[in-house]
This record gives sequence, structure tokens and C-alpha cells, in this order.
Amino acid sequence: MTALNWRGVYRHHLFWPAAILVAMLLFNLPFTPNFFSIHIRNGHLYGSLVSILIFGTPLILVALGMTLVIATGGIDLSVGAVMAISGAIACWYIKGLSNQNSLGGVAIAVLLALVAALALGLWNGLLVARIGVQPIIATLILMVAGRGIAQLVTGGFIITVLSAPYARIGGYALTVPTGVFIAAAVVLGMAALTRRTALGLLVESVGGNAEASRLAGVRARRITIMVYVFCALCAGIAGLMNSSNLADADANHAGLWIELDAILAVVIGGTPLTGGRFSIGGTVLGALILQTLKTTIYTIGVPSQANMVFEAAVVIIVCLIQSAEFRARVFGVFRRRPRPPAATPASIPTQLDKPVEAVR
Amino acid sequence: MTIAVKPSAGRAGFAASGLRRVLYDRRLPVLVTGVLFVIMYANGWYRYSFDDQVLPNLIINNCYLVVAAIGATFVILTGGIDLSIGSVIGFSGMLLAELVVKQHVPVGLAALIVLAVGAAGGALMGCMIHYFRVQPFIATLTGLFLFRGLSLVLSKDAIRVDNKTITNLSQYHIPLGGDRFLSVGGAVALVVVALAAYVLHLTRFGRRVYAIGGNEQSALLMGLPVGRTKIMSYAVSGFCSALAGLVFVLYIQSGDPLHGVGMELDAIAAVVIGGALLTGGSGYVVGSLLGVLVLGLIKTIISAEGTLSSWWIKIFTGILLLLFIVLQRVIGARGKGGAPGG
Repeated sequence: MTALNWRGVYRHHLFWPAAILVAMLLFNLPFTPNFFSIHIRNGHLYGSLVSILIFGTPLILVALGMTLVIATGGIDLSVGAVMAISGAIACWYIKGLSNQNSLGGVAIAVLLALVAALALGLWNGLLVARIGVQPIIATLILMVAGRGIAQLVTGGFIITVLSAPYARIGGYALTVPTGVFIAAAVVLGMAALTRRTALGLLVESVGGNAEASRLAGVRARRITIMVYVFCALCAGIAGLMNSSNLADADANHAGLWIELDAILAVVIGGTPLTGGRFSIGGTVLGALILQTLKTTIYTIGVPSQANMVFEAAVVIIVCLIQSAEFRARVFGVFRRRPRPPAATPASIPTQLDKPVEAVR
Repeated sequence: MTIAVKPSAGRAGFAASGLRRVLYDRRLPVLVTGVLFVIMYANGWYRYSFDDQVLPNLIINNCYLVVAAIGATFVILTGGIDLSIGSVIGFSGMLLAELVVKQHVPVGLAALIVLAVGAAGGALMGCMIHYFRVQPFIATLTGLFLFRGLSLVLSKDAIRVDNKTITNLSQYHIPLGGDRFLSVGGAVALVVVALAAYVLHLTRFGRRVYAIGGNEQSALLMGLPVGRTKIMSYAVSGFCSALAGLVFVLYIQSGDPLHGVGMELDAIAAVVIGGALLTGGSGYVVGSLLGVLVLGLIKTIISAEGTLSSWWIKIFTGILLLLFIVLQRVIGARGKGGAPGG
């Protein structure tokens, strides 16, 4: 491989997330020698990598929806609440069925939950695009009120259900976790819609400058609303997977703080919070990095009370490695090649400082 | 074109400009929050026959949130956000309990250490934001994880604080005349509000905070020390969160690694209800105080009502947030182009 080629790989936007993920997976090998082995037990795929996928799929889904929202320069804090509501509605409906195993009943429950998620997304989108509320606040409303609504649906209790068809959503289909199929379908559908049509470009243009794109003839408001609806739909599906996996609906704890993990996954994947750019592959990698981190913490036997510190330390390192300024300062020491000044606000103080120092 | 419009605007112009001045005034959202608080309070007075102690109790029961919201106000005024507040509150309580109960450090020294750690933590996040251009949301999110994790490392279980000084402090009642009294925590909260108002409106640092929130680029070009001010405002927020943690220990007399979970959102909600713009540059400390009191009053009224379940608190808080935000939008598409003032 020539030096030029190598630089191309190094510069690729997925390089750092992929490198971090691979490093993390390899890190497990000395602690768990059979970390990469996958075998079939009871007709199900089984292994550490599979469990990362199973527990990671709700996060991947939520993060995918979040990616588009962040690409328009917004943010959605309500995804955890939407997850709780969709799980609550599905379980509430199934609990009321005379036969909890009826396929039709479960289908209606799923449909109801997803329609509710769509409505909540529409609400977020209208607040942001029509009324012009800042996204973080618009979705904070639903984040706060949403858990209240979910508790209203469940009556303040944890609803447990015994339904074989419902359990399938968070379980296995054809020896593979069902969630993997769902996540793959969403990734493929999203990639086809945004990268094979102009939709992705339009989303990015709204994120770059909503007003300019509106003047250029892009229906910025419609795109913004659509993006929030999609995000809520993803959260709704994730909520169903989560609730089906646990066979219950817990309004207080379902999807708690997942919005933070999802936003982190998106940012680790290389989508800036300022919008205007997004990377679907990066988000999937970011979500997998977070899930691998959690699995790693358990498998290498970090004392349980130190879990969060360990997680925080890794996340801080990952965020710093993602920061171009940090890389320039730390790795730049080893490099002689002068960097061209970037045209960002960051470069202004250095430009102002330099003449002063020269005078001194 | 504008000339053709002018005559027809003619007489109405004067009234409109007066109305405009009121509508464009930055103090209006605070005023609205104040009026809402008075209406809610009067309604509560009428329906549940509030006694004189209700108002002091509001401050006593929410003193930690007041202190935390004041810290959040500084950061939000610069156009940033601080998600680490709740975790720092939890960690401060744990650290104080650990130092006082297990290491037998004198309370005063322990409190100083806790405050210093809080301020240093905030400053570190500020450095991450300023020097490495990590977005505030993400940088303080890592702070949220880190401090929650650190408090779990200190101890997984709650630590009871049965120190004599702390018990005395927490039981001390400051008489307010009549049967009314204020706790030490409540007094601390009011002092913090007064100090913050002084710093924001009468010192150079305060003006810089507003200037950076108004337009960071212009502040930079004007030669203001943007980096230092930003880092300092995060340090102030960290300090206030640590202080809130101390006040919380006074209120509840124990340290628990899970104290203060989600409190950053309460603080941010209070600041927004108090009329500050999350884009920065506009907002008042008094507004944040009123915001906390309005949130506290919702809880008081719902518990006085008795028949409503606890989740209605969340739903009402959401509805109230919505009302305020829509109100802010209706009051003006202001803040968009050239905000008045500076």
C-alpha cells in the first residue's frame, strides 16, 4: 500500500470510529479467549459478539433516528420517553386481550404503539418547524411529560405480558436475533432513501442553513418535521423491542437516559451536533462502540462500582480523539508539517495572538 | 415601499411603538413568570388555604434547585449547556459525607474541598469545550457520567451524615417574623441569587457572559477574553452545583450516589421557564429563581390536591414548559435578527 493510499484511509471519516471499535474488540481477547467464537445453542446463535448485537440494536435504532435529527441541526431528547410510551401502549393493549398469544391482537398492539410514536414525532416536528421552538427545549417538553404519559397508560404499575408472538420482536427469528433484521432493514432503507435519492442532500442542506435552503426551494419545514417523525418511529420500534425482550412495560425505567447514549453514539460516529453532515455507517459504529464498551466492562471484570468511571474515561478519550484540535495539539507535536489554518472561529485567537507574541 | 406604508401606520404608530417597547423588552418573560407565580399562589391560597409558611417552605424545599439553576443560568447565558449538574450534586453530597463521616475532616474544610472540586470539574469541562472544541452538550455529558461514576466509586450505598455541626445547621431556623422561618439552605440560596445578580449585572465578567451569549464572534473581535470567560462560567456552574450538593446534604442529611439524578433537566427547565433563551445572551437570575418556585408550586399544589397521582407533576411541568416556550415565541420573533440591547 502506498503512502498516499494509506493517507486516504486515515482521512476517511469512518477511520477513527472503526479503529476504536476494532481496538475495543481486540482488547477483549486476552481477557476472554473465546470472545470471537460464535456457535449455535438451542437453535440460537450464541456468543459475545451476538450479545453485543442483541443488546445494541435498540440503541442502534434510536441513534439512527437521532442521526437525521442531528443532521438538520436539531436534537431529540424525547426518544427515551417515546420508547416508554410505545412499550406501555403495546403491553397495555396485549394485557387487555382475552388471548395474549393471538397474532392479530399483537399486530394491532404494535400498530397502535407505532402510530402513537408517529404522533409524538409529529408533535416534536411541529413544535420545532412550525412554532420555531429550539429543538432541545421542544423535545425536553416531551421528555418530561412523556414519562408522565407512559405512567398514565400503565396506571403507575409495571405491566407484564405473556405473549409468544410479542416476545418474538425482542427474541430470535431464524436463529438470528430479530432486532438484527429490523436494524438492518432500517439501515438499508435509510441508506437507500438518503444516499440514493436527493433526500440526504436536502436534510444536510437544512442542517447547513435552514433559511438558505428554504430560499433555494427546499421545503425545509417539511423535511424537519419528517426527520422528527422518523426519529420517534425508530424510538417506538426500539421501545417495542426493549419491552418485548423484558416481557413488560416499565414506564419509569424503559429507555431511561438512552437519549444521551444515542447522541453520544451519533457524535462518536462523526456526525457533528451542529448539523449539515451525517454518517449512517458512523452512527452504527458509534452505537456498537458504546455497547462493546458496556460488554467489555462486564467481561473483563471491572469492579461494578467503577463501571461508570471506566465508561466515562473511555468516552472522554474517544471524544478527545474525535476532536481535530486535540489531535493537532497532541499528535501534532510529532509532526513537522505545518497545518494550514482552518477558517473556524478557533483560528481567530491564534491569529490575533501571533502578532502580539512576535512584538514581544 | 416603506414610505408608502408609513402614512397608513400614522396614528396607530405611537400606540404600536409603546406596545412594541413592552413586547420587545427583555424583562417581559420574567414579568410573565412572576405574574404566573402570583396567580398560582393566589389560587392555592384560595383553594387550599395556604398558611404563611408556604412561601418560605417553597424556598426551603427547593433551595438546592435554586442554587443549581443559578449556576445553569451562567452557562446558558453564554449559549452553552451543562448536563453535569445533577451528577455533581450527587457527587458533592457523597464526597462531603465521605470526608466528614469516614475521614473525620472538619466540616468547614470538607465543604471547601467539595466546592473546589466542583469548580475544578466545571473548569475542566470548560477547557474541553474551549480548547478542544468538544460541543458543550457532549463535554458536560461526559461530566455527567464521570461524576456519577465517581460517587459510585466512593460508596455504592447511602452514607448517613450524623455530624453534630451539620445536624445543628440543618435544624437551625432563621426567624422571619410571625411564625415564619427559613432554613440555612434557603438563606444560602437567596444569598447566591443576590450574588449572582450582582456579578451578572455589575461586573465585567457578567457583561462578558452576556456579550458572548449574544454573539461569540463579535465578542471575540471586540477583544473580550472569550475563552477565559467561558471556562469561568462553567466553573461557576460547577461551583454552584457543588454548593447545591452541600445544601442538599443539609436538607436530607445523607449522601447517596443516586441523589440528583436528572436534576440538570429540572434546573434547565427552571431557567427556561424563567425566560432565558437557550441560544444565550438573554435571561435573568431572578427569572431562574421564579422558574424554580413555579416548578415547586406545581408540586405543592398537586400534593395539596391530594387526589392527583404523582405523574401529573411531570405532565403539568411539561405543559407549563410548553406554555412558556410558545409564549416566548408569540412575544416575538425577537432574538432572531439583532437582539435589542447588547
